[in-house]
Amino acid sequence: MNSATPTPMTDIPHRQAHASEQPPAVAETQSRADQWIICEHCDSVYESIPLNKGEAAYCLRCAAILRRNHRLTVEQLLALSIAACILFIFANVFPVISISMQGLHNEVTLWGSVQALAQGQITLIALVAGLAIILAPALQIALLFWVLAHAHRGQIAPGFKMCMRTLEHLRPWSMLEVCLLGILVAIVKLAGMLDVHPGAGLWAMAMLMVLILLIAGKDIRRLWDELGVRPE
Amino acid sequence: MNGIPYAREYKVTLCHVCSYVCPEDAHECPRCDSPVHRRKPNSLTRTWAFLIAGLIFYIPANLLPVMYTTMLGSSSENTIMSGVIEFAEGGSWDIAILIFIASVVVPCIKFLVLGLMLVTCQRRSTWAMRERSRLFRFIELIGYWSMLDVLVVALVAALVQFRGLSTIEPRLGILFFGLVVVMTMLAAMTFDPRLIWDAEVEDVR
Ligand SMILES: [Zn+2]
Ligand SMILES: [Zn+2]
Repeated sequence: MNSATPTPMTDIPHRQAHASEQPPAVAETQSRADQWIICEHCDSVYESIPLNKGEAAYCLRCAAILRRNHRLTVEQLLALSIAACILFIFANVFPVISISMQGLHNEVTLWGSVQALAQGQITLIALVAGLAIILAPALQIALLFWVLAHAHRGQIAPGFKMCMRTLEHLRPWSMLEVCLLGILVAIVKLAGMLDVHPGAGLWAMAMLMVLILLIAGKDIRRLWDELGVRPE
Repeated sequence: MNGIPYAREYKVTLCHVCSYVCPEDAHECPRCDSPVHRRKPNSLTRTWAFLIAGLIFYIPANLLPVMYTTMLGSSSENTIMSGVIEFAEGGSWDIAILIFIASVVVPCIKFLVLGLMLVTCQRRSTWAMRERSRLFRFIELIGYWSMLDVLVVALVAALVQFRGLSTIEPRLGILFFGLVVVMTMLAAMTFDPRLIWDAEVEDVR
């Protein structure tokens, strides 16, 4: 069965790739395997070829995205992670919504909304909400800043492996998009019974959400190759 | 089937954390030290467990109130559905539909699709493999939007705290609802989509 090398993946952007002719058999060595891409959804093996800016490679078997060409350089990512850090502080310090009713006034921050869930039996859900809208994004930003600041100088950050593994495991639990939609729904919900004003934290939150989408995706895995982290 | 080789034909396995191509017999990724498995261990059993736990929690999540409102002396308790109906009656159709999709449609689609994945994989079905693959990626993508209602209740309860005039408190239902979301997310994470394609090959365990 091992007579042919993996099919080269093609790089037609936003369209399914089609298989081209198989190259002649090559000795199966690990250095060869470094050039391979395995689809995580169906286990198909492809030979990696360079992609142009903005192009993506798709799996021929299951149509999943195999790889996207990164549009942002390490310097740009570092700059965005610093911006994300500042926006995160703004989003947490300033209230996201404020309301008034018969002369009374109240406002809520992200932390305040997590605290509102921490009541008796339901405290567990406050932990989930706290992870989703505060802790996971905070850790993502801090870890990204740490690895990118070193990558910028061509260095492998101390604790690089642990940082990268943690980033992978945090990704599904970071839910700023959902939080932003939740804030908008809450505004509409309360607008019926009292005066509602979006707070400064909401705008910071909206920008932060876009930045997190840009910097915290799977794309960051490229640092393993770009920094040349050697397997033991 | 269409000639694209599978990783096992080259005696390699993918590391899911760093995308490194590991030798097949590796237990740990040589590059990032994460555990590596040819297939996620006990994927079907564990996904079933999370899915059933999610289904069980979904019952109290819908029956118990998620929110307790006092407004100028009168008080009321809302379940998820009664909250949606209240929005619809108040004329906010868009918000009613949004919450209905996030709290009812998305979890139900997740239950159905995960159940379909598990049953078809256990029967080693070769039916619509490409479409099932896409479907799985779709529910992975939409799953966490169900947290919407939890966050809305949190925000509203934190805001409306005017003693004597009006207060809103979260209730037990929201805990179960949050647990449904967590359970379905864990179920999707433990399911190994590569099992869909294993039906194509005879010699897989
Ligand atoms: Zn694939
Ligand atoms: Zn790895």
